[in-house]
Amino acid sequence: MKRAAVVALNTFREAVRDRVLYNLVFFALLMIAAAILVGQISIGIEETVIVTLGLSAVSVIGLLIAIFIGVGLVSKEMDKRTLYALLAKPVRRWEFIVGKFGGLVLTLAINTAAMAAGVFVALYYVRHSLQRSDLTILIAVYFIVLKLALVVALALLFSSFTTPLLAILYTAGLYIAGQFVEEMRTFQSLTGSHALASFTKWLSYLLPNFENFNVMAIAAHGRSVPASLILQNTLYAVLYCGIVLSATAVIFSRRNLK
Amino acid sequence: MKLVDAGGEPTKNESMPGVAIEIENLTKDYPTGFLNLKTRRSLDALTMQVEAGEVFGFLGPNGAGKSTTIKLLMSLIFPTAGTARILGKPISDIGMHQDIGYLPEQPYFYDYLTASELLDYFARFHDLKEADRRERVAKMLKKVGLETAGKIQLRKYSKGMLQRVGLAQAILHEPQVVILDEPMSGLDPLGRREVRDIILELKNEGKTVMFSTHILSDAEMLCDRVGVIVGGKLRGTGAPGEIVGIAAQGMEILFELRGDAGAAAALVNKATRTGNRYRMHVEEQELYAVIEQLRSAGAKILSVTQVKATLEEYFLHLVEADRAQAAAVEVYGK
Repeated sequence: MKRAAVVALNTFREAVRDRVLYNLVFFALLMIAAAILVGQISIGIEETVIVTLGLSAVSVIGLLIAIFIGVGLVSKEMDKRTLYALLAKPVRRWEFIVGKFGGLVLTLAINTAAMAAGVFVALYYVRHSLQRSDLTILIAVYFIVLKLALVVALALLFSSFTTPLLAILYTAGLYIAGQFVEEMRTFQSLTGSHALASFTKWLSYLLPNFENFNVMAIAAHGRSVPASLILQNTLYAVLYCGIVLSATAVIFSRRNLK
Repeated sequence: MKLVDAGGEPTKNESMPGVAIEIENLTKDYPTGFLNLKTRRSLDALTMQVEAGEVFGFLGPNGAGKSTTIKLLMSLIFPTAGTARILGKPISDIGMHQDIGYLPEQPYFYDYLTASELLDYFARFHDLKEADRRERVAKMLKKVGLETAGKIQLRKYSKGMLQRVGLAQAILHEPQVVILDEPMSGLDPLGRREVRDIILELKNEGKTVMFSTHILSDAEMLCDRVGVIVGGKLRGTGAPGEIVGIAAQGMEILFELRGDAGAAAALVNKATRTGNRYRMHVEEQELYAVIEQLRSAGAKILSVTQVKATLEEYFLHLVEADRAQAAAVEVYGK
Protein backbone atom coordinates (compact mmCIF):
# COMPACT_ATOMS: atom_id res chain seq x y z
CA MET A 1 0.00 0.00 0.00
CA LYS A 2 3.00 2.29 0.49
CA ARG A 3 3.59 2.29 -3.25
CA ALA A 4 -0.08 3.00 -3.91
CA ALA A 5 0.28 6.01 -1.58
CA VAL A 6 3.28 7.24 -3.61
CA VAL A 7 1.20 7.01 -6.81
CA ALA A 8 -1.73 8.73 -5.05
CA LEU A 9 0.36 11.69 -3.92
CA ASN A 10 1.74 12.11 -7.42
CA THR A 11 -1.78 11.98 -8.87
CA PHE A 12 -2.78 14.73 -6.47
CA ARG A 13 0.29 16.76 -7.49
CA GLU A 14 -0.66 16.27 -11.15
CA ALA A 15 -4.18 17.57 -10.52
CA VAL A 16 -2.84 20.62 -8.70
CA ARG A 17 -0.26 21.39 -11.39
CA ASP A 18 -2.77 20.84 -14.16
CA ARG A 19 -4.82 23.56 -12.46
CA VAL A 20 -7.79 21.33 -11.66
CA LEU A 21 -8.35 23.27 -8.45
CA TYR A 22 -8.85 26.46 -10.49
CA ASN A 23 -12.52 25.45 -10.58
CA LEU A 24 -12.64 26.82 -7.03
CA VAL A 25 -12.30 30.32 -8.43
CA PHE A 26 -15.40 29.74 -10.56
CA PHE A 27 -17.23 28.32 -7.57
CA ALA A 28 -16.22 31.26 -5.37
CA LEU A 29 -17.52 33.71 -7.96
CA LEU A 30 -20.78 31.75 -8.19
CA MET A 31 -21.27 31.81 -4.42
CA ILE A 32 -20.47 35.53 -4.18
CA ALA A 33 -22.97 36.31 -6.94
CA ALA A 34 -25.59 34.05 -5.35
CA ALA A 35 -25.14 35.58 -1.90
CA ILE A 36 -25.55 39.11 -3.25
CA LEU A 37 -28.48 38.31 -5.52
CA VAL A 38 -30.39 36.04 -3.18
CA GLY A 39 -30.90 38.77 -0.60
CA GLN A 40 -32.63 40.89 -3.22
CA ILE A 41 -34.94 38.35 -4.81
CA SER A 42 -35.94 35.74 -2.24
CA ILE A 43 -37.44 36.94 0.99
CA GLY A 44 -37.22 34.44 3.84
CA ILE A 45 -35.74 31.55 1.86
CA GLU A 46 -32.19 32.87 1.43
CA GLU A 47 -30.67 29.99 3.42
CA THR A 48 -32.50 27.34 1.43
CA VAL A 49 -31.47 28.88 -1.88
CA ILE A 50 -27.85 29.30 -0.84
CA VAL A 51 -27.53 25.74 0.49
CA THR A 52 -29.35 24.15 -2.45
CA LEU A 53 -27.45 26.17 -5.03
CA GLY A 54 -24.12 25.69 -3.24
CA LEU A 55 -24.44 21.94 -2.74
CA SER A 56 -25.69 21.46 -6.32
CA ALA A 57 -22.66 23.33 -7.62
CA VAL A 58 -20.36 21.28 -5.37
CA SER A 59 -21.93 18.11 -6.73
CA VAL A 60 -21.88 19.07 -10.42
CA ILE A 61 -18.34 20.44 -10.41
CA GLY A 62 -17.11 17.38 -8.52
CA LEU A 63 -18.94 15.11 -10.90
CA LEU A 64 -17.35 16.70 -13.97
CA ILE A 65 -13.89 16.34 -12.44
CA ALA A 66 -14.57 12.77 -11.30
CA ILE A 67 -15.76 11.63 -14.73
CA PHE A 68 -13.39 13.49 -17.04
CA ILE A 69 -10.22 13.25 -14.98
CA GLY A 70 -11.17 9.81 -13.65
CA VAL A 71 -11.38 8.40 -17.16
CA GLY A 72 -8.04 10.02 -18.05
CA LEU A 73 -6.24 8.60 -15.02
CA VAL A 74 -5.31 5.37 -16.78
CA SER A 75 -6.00 6.11 -20.45
CA LYS A 76 -3.77 9.18 -20.49
CA GLU A 77 -0.92 7.22 -18.96
CA MET A 78 -1.33 4.53 -21.60
CA ASP A 79 -1.64 7.00 -24.49
CA LYS A 80 1.42 8.97 -23.47
CA ARG A 81 3.22 5.80 -22.37
CA THR A 82 4.23 7.37 -19.06
CA LEU A 83 3.11 4.08 -17.56
CA TYR A 84 5.96 2.08 -19.09
CA ALA A 85 8.73 3.41 -16.88
CA LEU A 86 6.49 3.26 -13.81
CA LEU A 87 5.45 -0.37 -14.26
CA ALA A 88 9.11 -1.29 -14.73
CA LYS A 89 9.56 -0.33 -11.07
CA PRO A 90 8.46 -2.77 -8.38
CA VAL A 91 4.85 -1.57 -8.61
CA ARG A 92 2.01 -4.00 -9.01
CA ARG A 93 -0.73 -2.98 -11.39
CA TRP A 94 -3.37 -3.05 -8.65
CA GLU A 95 -1.20 -0.69 -6.60
CA PHE A 96 -1.17 1.68 -9.55
CA ILE A 97 -4.97 1.51 -9.84
CA VAL A 98 -5.54 2.01 -6.11
CA GLY A 99 -3.00 4.86 -6.09
CA LYS A 100 -4.67 6.62 -9.00
CA PHE A 101 -8.06 6.22 -7.34
CA GLY A 102 -6.76 7.47 -4.00
CA GLY A 103 -5.05 10.48 -5.60
CA LEU A 104 -8.14 11.68 -7.39
CA VAL A 105 -10.42 11.06 -4.40
CA LEU A 106 -7.98 13.06 -2.26
CA THR A 107 -8.11 15.87 -4.84
CA LEU A 108 -11.90 15.76 -4.90
CA ALA A 109 -12.14 15.67 -1.10
CA ILE A 110 -9.95 18.78 -0.76
CA ASN A 111 -11.79 20.49 -3.59
CA THR A 112 -15.18 19.65 -2.08
CA ALA A 113 -14.07 20.76 1.40
CA ALA A 114 -12.95 24.11 -0.01
CA MET A 115 -16.27 24.54 -1.80
CA ALA A 116 -18.16 23.58 1.35
CA ALA A 117 -16.28 26.30 3.19
CA GLY A 118 -17.51 28.66 0.45
CA VAL A 119 -21.11 27.60 1.08
CA PHE A 120 -20.71 28.35 4.80
CA VAL A 121 -19.21 31.76 4.07
CA ALA A 122 -22.12 32.60 1.76
CA LEU A 123 -24.58 31.33 4.35
CA TYR A 124 -22.97 33.46 7.04
CA TYR A 125 -23.10 36.46 4.70
CA VAL A 126 -26.87 36.22 4.19
CA ARG A 127 -27.82 35.15 7.73
CA HIS A 128 -25.01 36.73 9.78
CA SER A 129 -24.81 33.59 11.91
CA LEU A 130 -24.25 29.82 11.76
CA GLN A 131 -26.47 27.31 13.55
CA ARG A 132 -26.06 23.84 14.93
CA SER A 133 -28.45 22.49 12.28
CA ASP A 134 -25.97 23.63 9.61
CA LEU A 135 -23.95 20.54 10.49
CA THR A 136 -26.29 18.68 8.16
CA ILE A 137 -24.62 20.56 5.33
CA LEU A 138 -21.36 18.89 6.33
CA ILE A 139 -23.07 15.48 6.15
CA ALA A 140 -24.43 16.35 2.71
CA VAL A 141 -20.90 17.32 1.62
CA TYR A 142 -19.55 14.04 3.03
CA PHE A 143 -22.12 12.13 1.00
CA ILE A 144 -21.09 14.05 -2.11
CA VAL A 145 -17.49 12.95 -1.55
CA LEU A 146 -18.63 9.31 -1.16
CA LYS A 147 -20.67 9.62 -4.34
CA LEU A 148 -17.71 11.11 -6.23
CA ALA A 149 -15.46 8.27 -5.01
CA LEU A 150 -17.92 5.82 -6.52
CA VAL A 151 -17.97 7.73 -9.79
CA VAL A 152 -14.14 7.73 -9.92
CA ALA A 153 -14.09 3.96 -9.33
CA LEU A 154 -16.56 3.45 -12.20
CA ALA A 155 -14.61 5.78 -14.50
CA LEU A 156 -11.45 3.78 -13.74
CA LEU A 157 -13.23 0.52 -14.41
CA PHE A 158 -14.50 1.57 -17.82
CA SER A 159 -11.26 3.24 -18.86
CA SER A 160 -9.39 0.02 -18.08
CA PHE A 161 -10.95 -1.78 -21.04
CA THR A 162 -12.49 0.73 -23.42
CA THR A 163 -11.80 4.05 -25.13
CA PRO A 164 -11.95 7.30 -23.11
CA LEU A 165 -15.04 8.53 -24.96
CA LEU A 166 -16.98 5.33 -24.31
CA ALA A 167 -15.75 5.29 -20.72
CA ILE A 168 -17.15 8.81 -20.22
CA LEU A 169 -20.49 7.77 -21.74
CA TYR A 170 -20.71 4.58 -19.66
CA THR A 171 -19.82 6.36 -16.43
CA ALA A 172 -22.25 9.22 -17.05
CA GLY A 173 -24.92 6.70 -18.11
CA LEU A 174 -24.50 4.67 -14.93
CA TYR A 175 -24.59 7.83 -12.85
CA ILE A 176 -27.90 8.83 -14.40
CA ALA A 177 -29.30 5.29 -14.09
CA GLY A 178 -28.15 5.23 -10.46
CA GLN A 179 -30.47 8.16 -9.72
CA PHE A 180 -33.51 5.99 -10.45
CA VAL A 181 -32.71 2.92 -8.41
CA GLU A 182 -35.70 3.34 -6.06
CA GLU A 183 -38.06 3.74 -9.01
CA MET A 184 -36.71 0.54 -10.54
CA ARG A 185 -37.46 -1.33 -7.33
CA THR A 186 -41.08 -0.19 -7.35
CA PHE A 187 -41.43 -0.86 -11.08
CA GLN A 188 -43.36 -4.05 -10.28
CA SER A 189 -46.46 -2.06 -9.39
CA LEU A 190 -46.44 -0.38 -12.81
CA THR A 191 -45.91 -3.37 -15.08
CA GLY A 192 -47.86 -6.54 -15.58
CA SER A 193 -44.78 -8.48 -16.62
CA HIS A 194 -43.36 -10.41 -13.72
CA ALA A 195 -40.16 -11.18 -15.64
CA LEU A 196 -39.51 -7.52 -16.46
CA ALA A 197 -40.26 -6.44 -12.92
CA SER A 198 -37.93 -9.10 -11.60
CA PHE A 199 -35.19 -8.03 -14.04
CA THR A 200 -35.42 -4.34 -13.10
CA LYS A 201 -35.40 -5.26 -9.43
CA TRP A 202 -32.18 -7.26 -9.75
CA LEU A 203 -30.69 -4.57 -11.97
CA SER A 204 -31.46 -1.97 -9.33
CA TYR A 205 -29.33 -3.91 -6.85
CA LEU A 206 -26.45 -4.12 -9.29
CA LEU A 207 -26.49 -0.46 -10.22
CA PRO A 208 -24.82 2.04 -7.91
CA ASN A 209 -27.50 3.64 -5.79
CA PHE A 210 -26.69 7.34 -6.08
CA GLU A 211 -30.12 8.34 -4.84
CA ASN A 212 -29.21 7.48 -1.24
CA PHE A 213 -26.37 10.01 -1.27
CA ASN A 214 -28.64 12.93 -2.05
CA VAL A 215 -29.63 14.69 1.19
CA MET A 216 -29.51 18.20 -0.24
CA ALA A 217 -33.18 18.92 0.47
CA ILE A 218 -32.77 17.78 4.09
CA ALA A 219 -29.69 19.94 4.49
CA ALA A 220 -31.34 22.95 2.86
CA HIS A 221 -34.19 22.81 5.35
CA GLY A 222 -31.92 22.21 8.34
CA ARG A 223 -33.40 18.82 9.18
CA SER A 224 -31.23 16.09 10.65
CA VAL A 225 -29.85 13.06 8.79
CA PRO A 226 -30.28 9.73 10.61
CA ALA A 227 -27.02 8.21 11.85
CA SER A 228 -28.00 4.89 10.29
CA LEU A 229 -27.98 6.50 6.84
CA ILE A 230 -24.47 7.86 7.43
CA LEU A 231 -23.27 4.39 8.39
CA GLN A 232 -25.18 2.72 5.56
CA ASN A 233 -23.87 5.09 2.90
CA THR A 234 -20.30 4.82 4.19
CA LEU A 235 -20.37 1.02 4.14
CA TYR A 236 -22.11 0.97 0.77
CA ALA A 237 -19.54 3.29 -0.81
CA VAL A 238 -16.58 1.39 0.66
CA LEU A 239 -17.92 -1.97 -0.47
CA TYR A 240 -19.02 -0.82 -3.92
CA CYS A 241 -15.70 0.96 -4.54
CA GLY A 242 -13.84 -2.13 -3.30
CA ILE A 243 -15.69 -4.41 -5.71
CA VAL A 244 -15.34 -2.04 -8.68
CA LEU A 245 -11.64 -1.42 -7.99
CA SER A 246 -11.00 -5.15 -7.65
CA ALA A 247 -12.61 -5.74 -11.04
CA THR A 248 -10.56 -2.88 -12.51
CA ALA A 249 -7.36 -4.33 -11.08
CA VAL A 250 -8.13 -7.78 -12.50
CA ILE A 251 -8.87 -6.37 -15.98
CA PHE A 252 -5.91 -4.01 -15.97
CA SER A 253 -3.50 -6.67 -14.70
CA ARG A 254 -4.20 -8.74 -17.80
CA ARG A 255 -4.09 -5.89 -20.27
CA ASN A 256 -1.32 -5.71 -22.86
CA LEU A 257 0.01 -2.17 -23.08
CA LYS A 258 0.43 -0.76 -26.58
CA MET B 1 17.65 -24.90 -21.40
CA LYS B 2 18.03 -24.25 -25.09
CA LEU B 3 20.43 -21.69 -26.35
CA VAL B 4 21.08 -20.36 -29.76
CA ASP B 5 24.63 -20.26 -31.06
CA ALA B 6 26.06 -17.95 -33.70
CA GLY B 7 24.58 -20.09 -36.39
CA GLY B 8 21.14 -19.89 -34.90
CA GLU B 9 21.02 -23.60 -33.98
CA PRO B 10 19.73 -24.53 -30.54
CA THR B 11 22.36 -26.05 -28.27
CA LYS B 12 22.15 -27.52 -24.80
CA ASN B 13 23.67 -25.87 -21.74
CA GLU B 14 23.28 -27.83 -18.52
CA SER B 15 24.58 -25.34 -15.96
CA MET B 16 24.36 -21.62 -16.44
CA PRO B 17 25.65 -19.91 -13.33
CA GLY B 18 26.32 -16.68 -15.16
CA VAL B 19 23.06 -16.21 -17.01
CA ALA B 20 21.27 -12.92 -16.41
CA ILE B 21 18.42 -13.24 -18.89
CA GLU B 22 17.04 -16.55 -20.11
CA ILE B 23 14.36 -16.59 -22.76
CA GLU B 24 12.75 -19.81 -23.92
CA ASN B 25 10.32 -20.17 -26.81
CA LEU B 26 8.90 -16.72 -26.14
CA THR B 27 6.07 -16.09 -28.57
CA LYS B 28 3.70 -13.16 -28.95
CA ASP B 29 0.64 -13.01 -31.16
CA TYR B 30 -1.43 -9.86 -31.56
CA PRO B 31 -5.08 -10.01 -32.52
CA THR B 32 -5.87 -8.21 -35.76
CA GLY B 33 -8.73 -7.69 -38.16
CA PHE B 34 -12.41 -7.13 -37.59
CA LEU B 35 -13.46 -8.42 -34.16
CA ASN B 36 -9.83 -9.42 -33.54
CA LEU B 37 -10.47 -12.85 -34.97
CA LYS B 38 -7.12 -13.12 -36.74
CA THR B 39 -3.71 -13.00 -35.17
CA ARG B 40 -0.36 -11.62 -36.28
CA ARG B 41 2.79 -13.21 -34.88
CA SER B 42 5.14 -10.53 -33.66
CA LEU B 43 7.64 -12.80 -31.94
CA ASP B 44 8.17 -16.41 -32.88
CA ALA B 45 9.56 -18.89 -30.34
CA LEU B 46 12.49 -16.72 -29.28
CA THR B 47 15.10 -18.67 -27.36
CA MET B 48 18.28 -16.97 -26.23
CA GLN B 49 20.27 -15.93 -23.21
CA VAL B 50 22.25 -12.97 -22.01
CA GLU B 51 25.23 -13.75 -19.82
CA ALA B 52 25.74 -11.88 -16.56
CA GLY B 53 28.11 -8.97 -16.91
CA GLU B 54 27.99 -8.74 -20.69
CA VAL B 55 26.72 -6.03 -22.97
CA PHE B 56 24.28 -7.63 -25.35
CA GLY B 57 23.00 -5.85 -28.44
CA PHE B 58 19.61 -6.78 -29.79
CA LEU B 59 19.74 -5.93 -33.47
CA GLY B 60 17.04 -5.83 -36.06
CA PRO B 61 15.19 -3.56 -38.46
CA ASN B 62 12.07 -1.69 -37.37
CA GLY B 63 9.20 -4.03 -36.61
CA ALA B 64 11.50 -7.01 -36.14
CA GLY B 65 10.29 -7.80 -32.63
CA LYS B 66 12.95 -6.09 -30.51
CA SER B 67 10.60 -3.87 -28.53
CA THR B 68 8.07 -6.69 -28.24
CA THR B 69 10.73 -8.87 -26.62
CA ILE B 70 11.75 -6.12 -24.23
CA LYS B 71 8.13 -5.32 -23.32
CA LEU B 72 7.55 -9.00 -22.63
CA LEU B 73 10.59 -9.08 -20.36
CA MET B 74 9.24 -6.06 -18.48
CA SER B 75 5.73 -7.59 -18.25
CA LEU B 76 4.20 -4.64 -20.09
CA ILE B 77 2.68 -7.21 -22.43
CA PHE B 78 2.13 -10.91 -21.82
CA PRO B 79 3.43 -13.84 -23.86
CA THR B 80 1.21 -16.07 -25.96
CA ALA B 81 3.64 -18.90 -25.19
CA GLY B 82 7.06 -19.43 -23.69
CA THR B 83 8.85 -18.27 -20.58
CA ALA B 84 11.61 -15.92 -19.54
CA ARG B 85 13.64 -15.45 -16.39
CA ILE B 86 15.77 -12.55 -15.27
CA LEU B 87 18.38 -13.17 -12.57
CA GLY B 88 16.77 -16.56 -12.05
CA LYS B 89 13.32 -15.17 -11.32
CA PRO B 90 10.31 -15.50 -13.63
CA ILE B 91 9.34 -12.25 -15.34
CA SER B 92 5.96 -12.35 -13.60
CA ASP B 93 7.74 -11.84 -10.25
CA ILE B 94 7.40 -8.14 -9.46
CA GLY B 95 10.21 -8.35 -6.89
CA MET B 96 12.61 -8.89 -9.78
CA HIS B 97 12.04 -5.27 -10.80
CA GLN B 98 14.13 -4.13 -7.82
CA ASP B 99 17.20 -5.30 -9.74
CA ILE B 100 16.21 -4.20 -13.23
CA GLY B 101 16.46 -0.86 -14.94
CA TYR B 102 14.43 -0.16 -18.06
CA LEU B 103 14.46 2.62 -20.61
CA PRO B 104 11.39 2.56 -22.87
CA GLU B 105 11.66 3.41 -26.56
CA GLN B 106 11.06 7.14 -27.14
CA PRO B 107 10.41 7.69 -23.46
CA TYR B 108 7.85 10.20 -22.26
CA PHE B 109 7.41 11.16 -18.64
CA TYR B 110 5.05 13.24 -16.51
CA ASP B 111 5.63 16.64 -18.05
CA TYR B 112 4.33 18.52 -15.02
CA LEU B 113 7.31 17.28 -12.99
CA THR B 114 10.89 18.50 -13.06
CA ALA B 115 13.63 15.97 -13.77
CA SER B 116 14.59 15.98 -10.07
CA GLU B 117 11.00 15.38 -9.00
CA LEU B 118 10.54 12.56 -11.51
CA LEU B 119 13.69 10.77 -10.38
CA ASP B 120 12.73 11.27 -6.73
CA TYR B 121 9.26 9.86 -7.49
CA PHE B 122 10.72 6.74 -9.10
CA ALA B 123 13.31 6.35 -6.33
CA ARG B 124 10.49 6.10 -3.77
CA PHE B 125 9.41 2.78 -5.29
CA HIS B 126 12.83 1.38 -4.43
CA ASP B 127 12.40 2.18 -0.74
CA LEU B 128 15.29 4.63 -0.67
CA LYS B 129 15.53 7.00 2.29
CA GLU B 130 15.11 10.70 1.62
CA ALA B 131 18.83 11.51 2.01
CA ASP B 132 19.75 8.61 -0.30
CA ARG B 133 17.19 9.71 -2.83
CA ARG B 134 18.51 13.26 -2.87
CA GLU B 135 22.07 12.05 -3.31
CA ARG B 136 21.18 9.55 -6.06
CA VAL B 137 19.07 12.02 -7.97
CA ALA B 138 21.87 14.60 -8.01
CA LYS B 139 24.40 11.95 -9.01
CA MET B 140 22.25 10.64 -11.87
CA LEU B 141 21.45 14.09 -13.21
CA LYS B 142 25.16 14.80 -13.32
CA LYS B 143 25.88 11.49 -14.96
CA VAL B 144 23.50 12.17 -17.84
CA GLY B 145 24.55 15.80 -18.20
CA LEU B 146 21.38 17.39 -16.83
CA GLU B 147 22.65 18.81 -13.55
CA THR B 148 21.74 22.35 -14.60
CA ALA B 149 18.31 21.35 -15.94
CA GLY B 150 17.10 19.36 -12.94
CA LYS B 151 14.66 22.06 -11.81
CA ILE B 152 13.04 22.55 -15.21
CA GLN B 153 9.67 20.95 -15.93
CA LEU B 154 9.92 18.07 -18.40
CA ARG B 155 7.39 19.71 -20.74
CA LYS B 156 10.21 22.09 -21.67
CA TYR B 157 12.69 19.28 -22.43
CA SER B 158 13.87 18.32 -25.91
CA LYS B 159 13.63 14.74 -27.14
CA GLY B 160 17.31 14.19 -26.42
CA MET B 161 16.98 15.54 -22.89
CA LEU B 162 14.02 13.22 -22.24
CA GLN B 163 16.15 10.33 -23.44
CA ARG B 164 18.78 11.28 -20.87
CA VAL B 165 16.19 11.50 -18.10
CA GLY B 166 15.00 8.07 -19.21
CA LEU B 167 18.48 6.70 -18.89
CA ALA B 168 18.89 8.31 -15.47
CA GLN B 169 15.69 6.70 -14.13
CA ALA B 170 16.75 3.33 -15.54
CA ILE B 171 20.02 3.24 -13.56
CA LEU B 172 18.90 5.31 -10.56
CA HIS B 173 18.54 2.35 -8.21
CA GLU B 174 21.81 0.70 -9.31
CA PRO B 175 20.17 -2.34 -10.90
CA GLN B 176 22.03 -5.54 -11.79
CA VAL B 177 20.41 -5.78 -15.20
CA VAL B 178 19.74 -2.77 -17.42
CA ILE B 179 17.45 -3.12 -20.43
CA LEU B 180 17.47 -0.21 -22.85
CA ASP B 181 15.13 0.09 -25.82
CA GLU B 182 16.84 2.15 -28.53
CA PRO B 183 18.91 4.21 -26.07
CA MET B 184 20.69 6.25 -28.78
CA SER B 185 17.47 7.29 -30.49
CA GLY B 186 17.01 11.04 -30.71
CA LEU B 187 20.46 11.90 -29.42
CA ASP B 188 23.04 14.15 -31.05
CA PRO B 189 26.60 12.77 -31.55
CA LEU B 190 27.70 14.07 -28.15
CA GLY B 191 24.68 12.51 -26.47
CA ARG B 192 25.31 9.20 -28.22
CA ARG B 193 28.87 9.22 -26.98
CA GLU B 194 27.71 9.94 -23.42
CA VAL B 195 25.26 7.04 -23.57
CA ARG B 196 27.98 4.77 -24.90
CA ASP B 197 30.22 5.86 -22.01
CA ILE B 198 27.46 5.13 -19.51
CA ILE B 199 26.90 1.67 -20.97
CA LEU B 200 30.63 0.92 -20.78
CA GLU B 201 30.69 2.24 -17.22
CA LEU B 202 27.84 -0.10 -16.31
CA LYS B 203 29.76 -2.98 -17.84
CA ASN B 204 32.86 -2.07 -15.82
CA GLU B 205 30.70 -2.10 -12.70
CA GLY B 206 29.76 -5.69 -13.55
CA LYS B 207 26.20 -4.92 -14.62
CA THR B 208 24.45 -6.74 -17.43
CA VAL B 209 23.24 -4.49 -20.22
CA MET B 210 20.87 -5.50 -22.98
CA PHE B 211 19.98 -2.85 -25.50
CA SER B 212 18.15 -2.83 -28.78
CA THR B 213 19.34 -0.92 -31.80
CA HIS B 214 19.31 -0.97 -35.55
CA ILE B 215 22.62 0.90 -35.78
CA LEU B 216 25.55 -1.43 -36.28
CA SER B 217 28.29 0.96 -35.19
CA ASP B 218 26.71 1.24 -31.73
CA ALA B 219 26.66 -2.52 -31.39
CA GLU B 220 30.19 -2.95 -32.72
CA MET B 221 31.58 -0.43 -30.28
CA LEU B 222 29.80 -1.68 -27.17
CA CYS B 223 28.64 -5.25 -27.38
CA ASP B 224 30.28 -8.45 -26.28
CA ARG B 225 27.60 -10.28 -28.21
CA VAL B 226 24.68 -9.40 -30.38
CA GLY B 227 21.50 -11.18 -31.35
CA VAL B 228 19.92 -10.48 -34.73
CA ILE B 229 16.15 -10.64 -34.99
CA VAL B 230 14.20 -10.22 -38.21
CA GLY B 231 10.51 -10.87 -38.78
CA GLY B 232 10.03 -11.97 -35.18
CA LYS B 233 12.61 -14.73 -35.48
CA LEU B 234 16.10 -14.85 -34.02
CA ARG B 235 18.59 -15.27 -36.84
CA GLY B 236 21.69 -15.77 -34.76
CA THR B 237 23.72 -14.62 -31.81
CA GLY B 238 27.43 -14.04 -31.57
CA ALA B 239 30.17 -11.43 -31.48
CA PRO B 240 29.35 -8.39 -33.66
CA GLY B 241 32.21 -9.24 -36.05
CA GLU B 242 30.90 -12.73 -36.58
CA ILE B 243 27.47 -11.49 -37.52
CA VAL B 244 28.73 -8.96 -40.04
CA GLY B 245 31.42 -11.37 -41.22
CA ILE B 246 28.71 -13.79 -42.27
CA ALA B 247 28.30 -11.86 -45.47
CA ALA B 248 31.87 -10.80 -46.35
CA GLN B 249 31.73 -9.74 -49.95
CA GLY B 250 35.25 -9.75 -51.41
CA MET B 251 37.81 -6.96 -51.75
CA GLU B 252 37.81 -3.37 -52.94
CA ILE B 253 40.84 -1.78 -54.61
CA LEU B 254 41.25 1.96 -54.85
CA PHE B 255 43.77 3.10 -57.45
CA GLU B 256 44.95 5.95 -59.67
CA LEU B 257 46.20 5.67 -63.22
CA ARG B 258 49.33 7.47 -64.29
CA GLY B 259 49.42 8.47 -67.91
CA ASP B 260 47.66 6.31 -70.49
CA ALA B 261 44.70 4.27 -69.28
CA GLY B 262 44.78 2.17 -72.41
CA ALA B 263 47.08 -0.46 -70.91
CA ALA B 264 44.59 -1.16 -68.18
CA ALA B 265 41.49 -0.65 -70.29
CA ALA B 266 40.02 -4.04 -69.44
CA LEU B 267 40.33 -3.37 -65.73
CA VAL B 268 39.19 0.24 -65.93
CA ASN B 269 35.98 -0.88 -67.59
CA LYS B 270 35.12 -2.90 -64.48
CA ALA B 271 35.93 0.01 -62.13
CA THR B 272 33.92 3.01 -61.00
CA ARG B 273 35.63 6.35 -61.59
CA THR B 274 35.48 9.24 -59.12
CA GLY B 275 37.69 12.13 -60.19
CA ASN B 276 41.14 10.63 -60.90
CA ARG B 277 40.48 7.61 -58.77
CA TYR B 278 39.07 4.23 -59.63
CA ARG B 279 37.30 1.87 -57.29
CA MET B 280 37.09 -1.77 -58.25
CA HIS B 281 35.42 -4.70 -56.57
CA VAL B 282 37.10 -8.13 -56.96
CA GLU B 283 36.72 -11.58 -55.50
CA GLU B 284 39.21 -12.45 -52.77
CA GLN B 285 40.91 -15.22 -54.82
CA GLU B 286 41.45 -12.85 -57.77
CA LEU B 287 43.04 -10.12 -55.66
CA TYR B 288 46.74 -10.74 -56.26
CA ALA B 289 46.29 -11.32 -59.98
CA VAL B 290 44.40 -8.04 -60.38
CA ILE B 291 46.97 -6.12 -58.32
CA GLU B 292 49.70 -7.52 -60.58
CA GLN B 293 47.80 -6.42 -63.69
CA LEU B 294 47.32 -2.94 -62.24
CA ARG B 295 51.01 -2.64 -61.37
CA SER B 296 51.96 -3.73 -64.87
CA ALA B 297 49.69 -1.02 -66.26
CA GLY B 298 51.44 1.56 -64.06
CA ALA B 299 48.55 2.13 -61.69
CA LYS B 300 49.15 3.48 -58.20
CA ILE B 301 47.29 1.37 -55.67
CA LEU B 302 45.95 3.58 -52.89
CA SER B 303 44.17 1.03 -50.72
CA VAL B 304 42.86 -2.52 -50.55
CA THR B 305 40.01 -3.17 -48.14
CA GLN B 306 37.83 -6.13 -47.29
CA VAL B 307 34.21 -5.49 -48.15
CA LYS B 308 31.76 -6.65 -45.51
CA ALA B 309 28.07 -6.44 -45.77
CA THR B 310 26.65 -3.61 -43.71
CA LEU B 311 24.08 -4.56 -41.15
CA GLU B 312 21.45 -2.94 -43.33
CA GLU B 313 22.44 -5.23 -46.21
CA TYR B 314 22.41 -8.16 -43.85
CA PHE B 315 18.92 -7.26 -42.64
CA LEU B 316 17.79 -6.72 -46.20
CA HIS B 317 19.14 -10.09 -47.19
CA LEU B 318 17.21 -11.74 -44.34
CA VAL B 319 14.02 -9.82 -45.07
CA GLU B 320 14.21 -10.74 -48.76
CA ALA B 321 14.85 -14.37 -47.87
CA ASP B 322 11.74 -14.24 -45.66
CA ARG B 323 9.65 -12.78 -48.46
CA ALA B 324 10.89 -15.37 -50.94
CA GLN B 325 10.03 -18.11 -48.47
CA ALA B 326 6.61 -16.59 -47.80
CA ALA B 327 5.93 -16.39 -51.54
CA ALA B 328 7.01 -19.99 -51.99
CA VAL B 329 4.71 -21.11 -49.19
CA GLU B 330 1.86 -19.14 -50.75
CA VAL B 331 2.40 -20.77 -54.15
CA TYR B 332 2.70 -24.17 -52.53
CA GLY B 333 -0.48 -23.48 -50.55
CA LYS B 334 -2.44 -22.68 -53.68
